[in-house]
Amino acid sequence: MADRPPAAMQPEVEEPAIPADELTIREQVWARVQEARNVKRPHTLELVRLMATDVVELHGDRLFGDDPAMVGGLCRLDGRAIVFVGHQKGAEVEENIARNFGMPHPEGYRKAMRLFRLAERLGVPVVTFVDTPGAYPGAASEERGVAESIARSIQLMCGLRTPIVSVITGEGGSGGALAIAVGDVVLALENAVYSVITPEGCASILWRSPDAAQQAAVAMRITAGEQQALGVIDRVVGEPAEGAHAAPAETARRLREQLAVILDELVARPVEDLLDERYERYRRMGAFADSGPPQAVVRPERPGIADRLRILLGSGRGILAAELGPLRPGAADEVDDPPLREDG
Amino acid sequence: MPIKLPFRPRGRNLPPDLWTKCPACAEMLYNKQLEKNLRVCTRCGHHFRLRVDARLAQLLDHETFEERDAGLESLDPLGFVDQKPYPERLTAARQATGIREAAMWGLGTLGGHRVAICVMDFAFMGGSMGSVVGEKVARAAETALAERLPLIIVSSSGGARMQEGTLALMQLAKTCAALGRLGEAGVPYISVMTDPTTGGVFASYAALGDVNLAEPKALIGFAGARVSAGTIAETLPEGFQSAEFLFQHGFVDRVVPRAALRDALVGLLAYLRPRPVPRPATAGNGSAGNGRLPGPLAALLDPLAGQEARRG
Repeated sequence: MADRPPAAMQPEVEEPAIPADELTIREQVWARVQEARNVKRPHTLELVRLMATDVVELHGDRLFGDDPAMVGGLCRLDGRAIVFVGHQKGAEVEENIARNFGMPHPEGYRKAMRLFRLAERLGVPVVTFVDTPGAYPGAASEERGVAESIARSIQLMCGLRTPIVSVITGEGGSGGALAIAVGDVVLALENAVYSVITPEGCASILWRSPDAAQQAAVAMRITAGEQQALGVIDRVVGEPAEGAHAAPAETARRLREQLAVILDELVARPVEDLLDERYERYRRMGAFADSGPPQAVVRPERPGIADRLRILLGSGRGILAAELGPLRPGAADEVDDPPLREDG
Repeated sequence: MPIKLPFRPRGRNLPPDLWTKCPACAEMLYNKQLEKNLRVCTRCGHHFRLRVDARLAQLLDHETFEERDAGLESLDPLGFVDQKPYPERLTAARQATGIREAAMWGLGTLGGHRVAICVMDFAFMGGSMGSVVGEKVARAAETALAERLPLIIVSSSGGARMQEGTLALMQLAKTCAALGRLGEAGVPYISVMTDPTTGGVFASYAALGDVNLAEPKALIGFAGARVSAGTIAETLPEGFQSAEFLFQHGFVDRVVPRAALRDALVGLLAYLRPRPVPRPATAGNGSAGNGRLPGPLAALLDPLAGQEARRG
């Protein structure tokens, strides 16, 4: 941390100025979210150019168009041919707008699928780089079936007959991330986050206020380390002390080292074994208990408007009755009110 | 807004819950009539959400449902607390609905066709998909594959369950993987989308049917209106994310009113039969050229084989 560049050199970076141990957990987690979202972090194309040679980017989904938020192609990693696919954000505002902030439309996922199939045909492994707030949630996206494209992509990866390594490099945002993040091995950079919904989205639904995003980020356990503990991520790749945005080349070097070892192991395995283990990897995920056949549970019916009114009136009458005392002996037995509910 | 108050009952034995107001046309509906009409508004055709038992009763042949894995219950892997701890929400949902989770699955027959069926219930935490729902869908698919039975999933869900974090997200992969194997093995899967089918459920098994059906006007979409508005400040046009919209854009085969749903499924099941498993012929090592007929052709020549299996 000592050789961190002066703050003036990184105006857009919100970095914790106080040592980590003095920050509350919430601040620490939120600092990770900010770091994961830092647009200066190396994205797919930057990482691939830093760690691979002979990069050939391929374009288009062959169905509708070419999604700039999703990139992919062929490259060599220490001589091994691989197919790479990943989300792409821009480091500058204009490029980021052109890249739609890394939020793919359906054609992005269909481009990814086309490249996965190419890898299968060529018999080369796939490496994906995941960094998206989520799939684009707008009208055009819905119209062209973004949910269908995500579901198909997940399903294709689950059964793809070639090794897949996935790296969460920044924001792992929900289904739009998972659509290209199914793998035999899933890595994450140290400051990456992975979540089922953005902290803001979670906060606005469960806390009914987007201001609770920090609490939501903590509650969802979105940091790379916590995701590893949950078994969603297999290994966390350390970033240089200043963070990946400050040292892209070093980040790429560390990642390449890990990828090289993992790819060698995976390529040596029979593909049937890989498929079975990949299936099991996801089949095991989740936490539940089996408490055996249920005892009969009586389900209370939801009171209709008539009942709710009667309950309302009834309780008022009860208060009145209590204040006034019984009008005459035995009155309680003779009230002509029906029971509030047949079943109590 | 005129509110027709139901008359105040005078007797002791008048039943409660007489009327329900239709949220679409504001008609007051007599509950008995509403139930008789499969919880579809008699005036405007609005489809009320169905509880899981009502759905099963409507679709399956009388008393043929055998529930499987009824005891699966969610845990709280994250120790999740928002305004209430997750276990409290689960308990409340169990008490309010009388069911243990947002999905129920089992085997049954539909028009004489034996099927594996999984039905979701929106009343249980918005039908959200956590580990248990994902597990039930996966087990339904695996059993359908092992027993070579068509699979039907009736979805009704707000999406992945946030309280289980990425473990809920991973259920997308779990279910898609299981359905992938089912499809490869030639066992058909029919997805029925009902109001609402959104988020992670739509982006996984609900979208992947060999045939996709939807109930009229059901809300079906990827991102909720609130997410769209909050994330990209874009409001989705009226009528977007509806069953009819999906039909127009080619993601749903048919929009089927509830009254016709059972017949539609029976009609499809007559065609969507699991591909006959090729008999383990002479221990040849190649699949081609060993003289036996390919699966579908064998089925054509031996149409009774499948039926016997069904009746058995």
